[in-house]
Parts: sequence; C-alpha cells; structure tokens
Amino acid sequence: MEVAEVGRRGPDIRADCFVHLELKPSGGLDIELNSKVESMYGDSIRGLVTDMLKYFGIKNAYIYLEDYRAFPWVLMARIEAAIKKCLPDIELEYLPDMLPQNLYKKPRDTFRRTRLYVPGDQPRLIINCGLYKPDGIVLDLEDSVAPDHKFGARFMVRNALRAVDLMGAERMVRINQLPNGLDDLPYVVPHNLHTVLIPKCESGDQVRQVADRVDTLRKQHKIEDEIYLIPIIESAMGVLNAYEIASASPHVVALAVGLEDLTADIGAERTKEGTETLFARQQIVIAARAAGVQPLDTVYSDVEDYEGLRASVREAKRMGFEGKGCIHPLQIRVIHEEFMPTPEEVEKAHRIVEAMEEAKRKGLGVVALGTKMIDPPVVKRALRVLKLKELSEK
Amino acid sequence: MGGKINAAGRWVPDEINGKPVIPFQGVGKYIPKGRKAAPPIVSCANYPKDGNKVVKSLREALELCGLRDGMTITTHHHFRNGDKLANKLFDIIAEMGVKDLVWYPSAAFPCHEPIIKHLKSGVIHHIEGSLNGPLGEFCTYGGMRGQGVLRSHGGRYRAIQDGEVHVDIAVIAAPTADPFGNANALYGKSACGLLGFALADAQYADKVIIVTDNLVPFPCIPWQIHGNWVDYVVVMDDIGDPSKIVSGTTVITRSPARLLIAEYTARFIKEAGIMRDGFSFQAGAGGTSLAFIPYLKKYMKEAGVKARWVRGGSTKYLVELLEEGLTDYILDGQTFDLYGVRSMRDNPNHVWTSPFTSYNYHGKGNFASMVDVVVLGATEVDVNFNANVVTHSDGVLLHGIGGWQDCLFAKCTILAVPTFRDRVPVIVDRVTTLCGPAELIDVVITERGIAINPRREDLYEAVKGSGLPIRSIEELRDEAYRVCGGPPKPPEVDKDHVVAAIQWVDGTVIDVVYKKIK
Repeated sequence: MEVAEVGRRGPDIRADCFVHLELKPSGGLDIELNSKVESMYGDSIRGLVTDMLKYFGIKNAYIYLEDYRAFPWVLMARIEAAIKKCLPDIELEYLPDMLPQNLYKKPRDTFRRTRLYVPGDQPRLIINCGLYKPDGIVLDLEDSVAPDHKFGARFMVRNALRAVDLMGAERMVRINQLPNGLDDLPYVVPHNLHTVLIPKCESGDQVRQVADRVDTLRKQHKIEDEIYLIPIIESAMGVLNAYEIASASPHVVALAVGLEDLTADIGAERTKEGTETLFARQQIVIAARAAGVQPLDTVYSDVEDYEGLRASVREAKRMGFEGKGCIHPLQIRVIHEEFMPTPEEVEKAHRIVEAMEEAKRKGLGVVALGTKMIDPPVVKRALRVLKLKELSEK
Repeated sequence: MGGKINAAGRWVPDEINGKPVIPFQGVGKYIPKGRKAAPPIVSCANYPKDGNKVVKSLREALELCGLRDGMTITTHHHFRNGDKLANKLFDIIAEMGVKDLVWYPSAAFPCHEPIIKHLKSGVIHHIEGSLNGPLGEFCTYGGMRGQGVLRSHGGRYRAIQDGEVHVDIAVIAAPTADPFGNANALYGKSACGLLGFALADAQYADKVIIVTDNLVPFPCIPWQIHGNWVDYVVVMDDIGDPSKIVSGTTVITRSPARLLIAEYTARFIKEAGIMRDGFSFQAGAGGTSLAFIPYLKKYMKEAGVKARWVRGGSTKYLVELLEEGLTDYILDGQTFDLYGVRSMRDNPNHVWTSPFTSYNYHGKGNFASMVDVVVLGATEVDVNFNANVVTHSDGVLLHGIGGWQDCLFAKCTILAVPTFRDRVPVIVDRVTTLCGPAELIDVVITERGIAINPRREDLYEAVKGSGLPIRSIEELRDEAYRVCGGPPKPPEVDKDHVVAAIQWVDGTVIDVVYKKIK
C-alpha cells in the first residue's frame, strides 16, 4: 500500500492525532504539520517525524499530521502504524523509552480485586489510569477497540506499556479472540507485560496456544519473568470446559467470567438478579478453586449505579470471587471497599493465625482453635485476609 | 517603547493607550492618595415627575444620552455566554455612525464574537475587559487598534471608583425593571440572579440606560439598581438567555482525574484544620474548583461541622449546603445556575453582593480577604508559585481574570489544576503571563500530588502525616515535562507590540501580553 491513514480527527478529538502518509518514488520528504501545540512543540514534532521516517528508511514521502495535543508516545504510535500500513514487512520498531518506574514485578497470587479495562486506542483514557489505583490495568485490544482501529491499537498499547506510568498496577493486556489474538502478543509481551487476558476462551487448547506463543516470545526476547494468563469464559462451551481451561497451563493465575456475551450465547435474558448465569458463575468459582487459581467476576456495566455495583460486589464476594472487572475509574473504590474484610473476618483470621503460631511454638503438628481442628487451607486463607486488610488500608 | 521592570520582575511599558502606567510594586505596596470620582450633579427638574423614563428604543436612548465618538460604553455579564445585549447595542451604534468607542464590559464571552466586526470597522477602538475565546485570539494577533486592559472584578469597580476609567454611558440589561429604572434580576423570563457587576457603572456613569424585557409597574421590588441612578428605560424583546449562565466552567467535571483533584482538595481542607465550625469558603468557576464541594460536604457532615458563610458564584451545590443547614449564609456575587437564581429569590439567607463589598481593593476592607479558603483554577502555575489565568503557554489570551485576583487574598488560596492538559504542561518553570503573585498562592493541588508554597510552613506541618500526596512543585513540573516531551517553547512574540496589559487589583500593571507572531 502506498497511501495510509491512521488515527483520529475532528472537533472533539483530544490528545490524539491523524496521520496521512503517501510513499513517493522521488522528491524527498514533504512534512505538513497542523498542530494545536505548534508554537510549543511544533519543532519537536517535526523533528520526531523526520527521525522516524529516516529510521524506517523512507526517503521520499508526503506526510500530513493533524495533531490534537497528542503525547509524544501517541504520535510515535500513530506514525509507526501509518508507516507499517504502507510497508508491512518492516520488522524494525520505533520504541519510546521504557520508564524506569514501569519495571516492577507482581507475584502470581497478587490481589486482583479490580482490573480496570482501558480501551487500547484511547490515549486520553490511558494516560491517567494508574492514578485510580486499580489492582490491575487491562489495556484492551479486544471489544473496546473498533475494527478500524485494531491495527493502530497494537502500537498504542505497546507504547503505553513503555511510556505511561502505570503506577504499580498489574500490567495486563486483553488480546483479541484467537486466532488473531496470537498476533497481538509480539507487540506486548516484550514490554514488561505481567498478564495476558484471553477473551472468549473455550478450550484448554486455546490457553496452550497462547502459552506456547508467549514462551517463544519470552525466549526470543530473553525475558526471565513469568507472564501470567487469565482466560475469560464467555460462552456455554467455555463454562463446560472451565476446569480444563483453568488447568491447561501452569501460567494460568485466575479464571474470569464475562457475562455480556455469555448471556447471549445461552439465549437467556439478562436480569438484575442474575439467576440466568448463576450456574455459570458457580462453575467458574468451582473450576478456578479446583485448579488452584483465583475466580474473578464480570464487570458491572451501569457506571452511574454505585449502589447496584456495591450489591453486586457483595454477592460476588459471597460466591467466592476475588475480584470484579471495572469499566470506569470511579467503580474502583466501591469495589475495594466491599472486598475489604469485615471486622469479624479480621478477628477470626487473627485468632487462626495466633493458634497456628502457638502450635508452631509448641511444636505441634496439628493446629487447633478451641476444640476445633484447623486445616492448612484455612490458615492460608486467614493469612490472606490479613494481607488484604493491610492492602485495603493503604 | 519606554518601560521598566516591575516588582514582579516583568517588563511593563510607560504607557498603555496613551495613559501612564504605574508598575506593580508588590502586594499592598501601592497606596494612592486623592479623592474618588463622582458622577455629575443632576436635578429632578430635568427628569419626568411621574417617574416614567421609558423611551421607545435603545437608539433613541443612546441619542438622548449624547453618544459620540470616543466615548466609553459598558455592558455586563450577568447572562455570561447568554448575553444578547452587547451585540445588539454595537450593531445599533454602528448604524448611528459613531466611532472609536471603548467597550468596558464586566466580562466578554465567546457569544461576543460578532464584536470583532466592530473592532475591524472602527466602531470600537479597543476593549478594556476580559478577552475570551475569539476576541482573545483577535487581540493577541494584533487585530485591535488600541490595547486591551484586563482587570479583575474588584479592579474594574476600583478603576471606575478611582476615576481611572470614566464611564460615559452604562447600558444595563435588567430581567425586571419599572419605568423609573429600579431593577433586579430575580424575576422575569430572563431572571439570572443579580446585577452586582453593574453597580459601579450605575453609581458613577454620566448616563445610565436600563434595558429590560420585563417592565413592571412601579415599584420593582427589590431594587438592586436604584432608579435614582437611571436616565432612561428601554423595553426590548430579548436581552439574554439565562440558561446559558450554565457552562463548562460552572458545572462539576465528570473527568475522573479532575474529580481526584477535587477530592484531594476537600481532604486538604479537612486535614489542614480549615474545615471547622464557623469557617468560610469560596469556590471559583471551573468544573474542578466546583467539584470539591460535594466531597467537602460529606466531610462536614461526618464531622458535624457547619460553615458560617460561603461565597458564590452559587450553584446547585452551594444551594444544597444552605438548604441542608450546612452553612448559615451564601454571600453571592454571581449565580452560576438556575438553582442559584431560585435560591437567591426565595431564601433570605442567600444574599447578593457586589464587587464593591466583595472585592474592591480601594475600600475599607473587603470580603475576599476574610474567606478561610478559596479554591481556584489557573492556566499555568510556575515553580515559584506564580500563576497565570489569562493566557495559555502559547501566549494567546483565552480567559478573563474574573474575581480570581481578588480571591487570592483569602487566608488559604488553593489552585486546583491538572499537572498537564493533554500535551500542555500546567506546572511550568515560568508562567507565560503573570496574573497572581506567588506570595498569595499557598497550595497547588493536582491529580499527581499536592505542592505547598514554602512560605506556608504552617500548612505543611498541619497536613504532615495525613496520607495526602505532598510533593515539591519541582517534582510536579518534572512530571509534566516528562509526559509532555520537555518544556514548551515560549511563544514567538513581537516585543515592541504590547496588545494587552494585566492590571493588579490596585491598578498597577503586573504584566503585559505581546503580539503573537507564530
């Protein structure tokens, strides 16, 4: 393709840009910039365009850039997407610097009370998402990205993983449904990605396909850290295969459920009470627990109804889920509040832990609280309750 | 062009519009002597005994007022972006063939874009008032023949009172008036709250015209504008659209990042011990400045604390505070929505004020300095805590000063601003245009942290250990620059061409805006 257009333009666009690129046989480089920040950053933007064209070996081209106060990493993503639309065989990548503060790790059993879905092609929403302190940030390549923008979103998400401070949240990406999702992986795996979310997962084989591709990429890029997988169950088939999915790879750390698609798939009507998906959600909890991974609940889709959200989190917690998806930053606090252990839970956990320590001191093999024996999973759960309390108070 | 460096380190010219400039000398340093201005002596003998001052058209009223070239004409912004009078007024004046006027509005809004044609045609020589949106752009690129003079609301009152600006004809849009000229803004289809911004004009102008779309028989009760100041009354179909007093700057933001700033602001007020029984506060216009109110309200309820008084711009959020008994009074300079209008009309504890009572720096005190805490916005804040509210970093005039400068005298002044707006840093090395001196700005609250002016060690001590994210302002600047890709390049300007002067509240000039080349 000799001509490519990517990005967004229009009166309501902010922090983004539109790129029109035409490769020419001769005539050198012709750069036209129309920027809202011309007087402040015009020279710097022209410098970036020139540098990128040179980097990709483009000597003759017309490039028109309409800039709506886009951040540098956004400009880079859009320009690179335009170039690669024209020249799909180029393997070079033009990467923004990795922020040193983005080089943190997460343990596999980290708390996942909240995972905030952020559309991968919306830089304005990405830039501040760490501020709201979700446990995880899901840069989304799937349902929140329109088909026309799928190509550009890969570059945007890749650059965001490097240049946007995610402020300590678990760094997650939701890839596209397989098989396309497999081709998303090279864009995200090398950039200190913690976790891949696999949407509409229906079989253990799909999990293994992702795990294999991730492993190949890890070797290729010499990545030592494990990359975790979270399959999302969104269909009848997925529900029936839930245990197989959850145990398909040692890298699976949690199993999530997505009710929007599931409800449609089983031909049910979505109700507030949610009885139509009760079995499916219980199945997810059971399968996840059986496989030793965390069960995570679906999103609550009414972003204005905080009381409804609160009730749904309470219900999820009662059912055994350890987290909810969020589609708006203001949902995060409500969810964290509801997952906070109650004073009774905390007190009980303290007693159990004390009993365990007492047993250790006395060299007893069996932990007992009063006249009741306590099994190791109960102790483990009590320790987690205390850890969660500590986290909730931060 | 001659000039000198003022006490804030900014160059100011010797003259603006041919009048001598007094350079800024520091806060509270310039104390002028002399007597205030006074309107001419008039006699009842020259006014209708039956009190009926109604004439048939605005044009006739202007003719009777003796409108001629070079005069200073005023209008007011009670309708904010819904004002319809100013555009009609200057269309009529253009038809009359009068030229070289000075327009001295209490504020201009984007709805006043049609004024540009009168600046181009010579009807208006220059504007002394806020230069917003299209007018700001026109002025910044050198389109205006004279120079703009930007004053705060208090500064505008003071300039008239001190005789610095002589108003020849004041044209006041009044939602309700009687034939004698008594007027208020509480009743009628265009009810917009109050007429405080027209007070100085009514008191000091040579001639005063009331334009109303709701003429009632004498007496118009209550009268915020006394008919005894008024020369003529004109009835016109449509003077303004009160629904447009609500705008982006007068409703609470929905942006989660801005809400985070608002929440930090409310928490700061609580943790610093400012929120206590009998305290007072003011929220400026601006979605973020307003958004802290619901958070503060929650904390007040939890702590069982009541305010004695709060200052408007009133909105639904302040009205709820009053109606729920969380404040005894609203002292209101301007209603920002129709809840405010209703409350001011129906609730005796929702009291109108004026720039005279609230802001006038050449008075025997004013209310602004008695406020415990004020929350304001800004376009830029620098690492020395100086702030800008009229231009962005690109040097283009974009906002008026409003009551912003006057409010800086509060006991604690908080600027609630984002670290950057898209790719434009807000926390910078040096503000493009200086409007507020650092010694009056105590706290800068952003979504990425709170910076306390080192002059306010007491505030720092008060919030230490509260868990609030206290950071140095340099750190915030560094983060803004990192996200935006380095410091912004200053605008390219023609240093020989001053397009507007920024006055301080005492009438001295604190900074100027230059013609932008690129």
